Amino acid sequence: MTVVRAVARRLATAAVVLWAAATAAYLALLLAPGDTVDSIIGDGPDTPQIRAQVIAEWGLDRPDVVQYLDYLARAARGDLGRSYLLQRPVSDLIGEHLPATVTLAAAAAVTGVVLALAVALLTAGRRPLLRRAASTTELVLVSTPGFLIGIVLLNVFSFRLGWFPVSGGQDFSALVLPALTLALPVAGVLTQVLRDGLERALDEPFVVTARSRGIRERAVLARHALRHALLPAITLVGWLSGILLGGAVITEQVFGRPGLGQVTLQAVTAKDMPVVLAVVLLSAAVYVAVSTLADLAYLLVDPRLRRS
Amino acid sequence: MSTPLVRVEDLHVTFRAPGRDVAAVRGIGFEIRRGECLAVVGESGSGKSVTARTLVGLAGPGAHVRAARLDLDGRDARAFSARHWRQVRGRFAGLVLQDALVSLDPLRTVGDEVGEVLDAHGLTPRRQQPEQVRRLLERVHVPEPDRRARQYPHQLSGGLRQRALIASALAGEPSLIIADEPTTALDVTVQAQILRLLGELRDAGATLLLISHDLSVVARLADRILVMRDGVVVESGVTAQVLGEPQHPYTRLLLAAVPSAASRGRRLSAPVTTLPRTLPPAPVDPSVTVLSATGLRKRYGAHEVVRGVDLSIARGETLGLVGESGSGKTTVAQLLFGTVAATEGQVGFEGVPWAGVPERVRRPLRRRMQLISQDPLGSFDPRYPVERIVGEALEPGLDRRTRRDRVVDLLDRVGLGSDLLERYPRRLSGGQRQRVAIARAIAPRPSLLICDEPVSALDVSVQAQVLDLLADIRAADGTALLFISHDLGVVHHLADRVLVMHDGQVVEQGPVGDVFHHPRHAYTRSLIDALPTPAARPQPTGVS
Repeated sequence: MTVVRAVARRLATAAVVLWAAATAAYLALLLAPGDTVDSIIGDGPDTPQIRAQVIAEWGLDRPDVVQYLDYLARAARGDLGRSYLLQRPVSDLIGEHLPATVTLAAAAAVTGVVLALAVALLTAGRRPLLRRAASTTELVLVSTPGFLIGIVLLNVFSFRLGWFPVSGGQDFSALVLPALTLALPVAGVLTQVLRDGLERALDEPFVVTARSRGIRERAVLARHALRHALLPAITLVGWLSGILLGGAVITEQVFGRPGLGQVTLQAVTAKDMPVVLAVVLLSAAVYVAVSTLADLAYLLVDPRLRRS
Repeated sequence: MSTPLVRVEDLHVTFRAPGRDVAAVRGIGFEIRRGECLAVVGESGSGKSVTARTLVGLAGPGAHVRAARLDLDGRDARAFSARHWRQVRGRFAGLVLQDALVSLDPLRTVGDEVGEVLDAHGLTPRRQQPEQVRRLLERVHVPEPDRRARQYPHQLSGGLRQRALIASALAGEPSLIIADEPTTALDVTVQAQILRLLGELRDAGATLLLISHDLSVVARLADRILVMRDGVVVESGVTAQVLGEPQHPYTRLLLAAVPSAASRGRRLSAPVTTLPRTLPPAPVDPSVTVLSATGLRKRYGAHEVVRGVDLSIARGETLGLVGESGSGKTTVAQLLFGTVAATEGQVGFEGVPWAGVPERVRRPLRRRMQLISQDPLGSFDPRYPVERIVGEALEPGLDRRTRRDRVVDLLDRVGLGSDLLERYPRRLSGGQRQRVAIARAIAPRPSLLICDEPVSALDVSVQAQVLDLLADIRAADGTALLFISHDLGVVHHLADRVLVMHDGQVVEQGPVGDVFHHPRHAYTRSLIDALPTPAARPQPTGVS
């Protein structure tokens, strides 16, 4: 019973978040300068007849509120509309470009988490010199803008060494540098949080007890300290999904990769309202899903949060 | 006779810190014979815990260990590698720390924690492990061992947790069990149970190294006692001799610091030449009631934690309120103080209604009632220095000079120097913190001090000083005390009257001597029986 209610409350919250995101984006685009008809016509022939035809076809003569409600009603049914610019259903457009972005984001997330775990476990509470070097590198990575990291990586590994292609999105080798660009700042923050958590846990009395049982230092870290360090890291998962989505837009631009980033940038510049709204809704949906997973992960890691 | 299990000569442990080295242990020697219980007694910072942990190679980060001899079971441990030490831990010696809530990993089940030793040393095949864990938990008398093994530490009571921790130390069948303050932070009755369990293990042939700040705790268990202070052994000998005819002044001081019925009216702390050995009498005026409560009840949901409590405190009187964790005594304090609203009942303070009136009405009288809690650190703003913490309790509108002078006077009254004025709470010792809390509490000259377990987190010697201080203040200011404690010795030492609480009700009350010498209620009797006394256990005859 309580489980059903908890799930219901969660879903209702998710719906409210999605609605708020859609509405905010709708308002922002409505208030942006420029005329919708101009956006739809683009570079095509512009005559009064064509204008009238466009207005009639897209229902732009209706009041804003009606257009907004109509948009909401159709979005709720899963109909995201047609792109003004490309004259194609938005869902096709997104479906086409989503896989490339998901691949990039997933590769970056895995790389970032693995890097962070490895560095944090290697340097937590030991090896003072290595720890200081790692900590400095992390700070540099966190405070460097993503595009700069991308350009530096391109310069070294593509232009000078020629190990990886400069641009494109065809094969695995083209994925390496963009994924790294996105992963490095993420790894920087995660490492700092994980190491701090590990060092805090290593100071706790239960670690003395664990060591007094004769287990290896590796087991002290893996079985005891790491779980405690994961708790603050889980809090960052929501932030992580935001960084990856936002970072993907810039990274795809720097490396000339196809993907949602390019689609979004194009849509925003051309005021292609249906596409922008769809991207916003998608981001919000991902964020809600990831936050829910993070909450569940908390329960999994920390038994004290479970209700008996 | 075989070789001793542990033999230590001229042991030094130094902590290397940038700037200065701290010598925690400075050239001590002792041996632990097979089958005996050796107790090391001393206050915080005496080096007793460091000594114990050195025996398992866990003296701590930055510790430098040097010894003329460090033999574990006949093997020279000075040359041990990390691998050797891992074999020692759990197999040669099992370690039991204080407060199992933080000494067991809160994210792992009790069964996993107990079984970890079996895993680490490959003692039991994985499939038989749950069975072995069940046997271990049964051995330390944990009821329903299978269910408990699947639970997490926070789901167990303090006593069961401590038993589970002992089970985990026993799992590798070690030759030596090191128990470092195994009963600190436990209620008296639970403490008695844990001590009984350790006694059972010793009688079954286990060798015990018991570490405590309290001589009365080790009295019944130990064969021999080592008294440590500032990293050196000041006295050692057979228990009966150390307790009966203490040679060193420090041992005598530790023994005298234990509050009990016998210590009533006497100073507990070190005799200072300017002060008389006896405490000044408390001026009780029974005709004036400072605080009264009738029919107090507090319900949280379906659970009633306070079920009808009546009490009254006269001017200058000390009322003791005893009971174990969960008896509702702290809730009573909160109801009286007015931080929690009672479900039912009346409270009057200095003749005016106190409960159920708006805070606006209470505020002018707030300064007349002050609170001292177990953990003063939590009640200090960590960013305030001592001067501001105490100065805030003075009446507003004083100029800076006057305020500072008044704070210095107050610190002087609680035995602290003006050198602490700029100090932040984190950098005070436990005893200093409690003194600052007392200085702050007496600043507005209250008619009532509510003391909620004010000395439970302190070493006996520091506890003695704080208790003496409270007695002096009571005599000088005519302040009434509501003294809440789980420790009957403390209450018997200080209180005029006592209320015994159990399950939210007062089961017995009366003058402190009557209640403790002629207890009528079975619960009071069980509390008194559980009280450890600094008298040695009878020595078994015929053992050399």
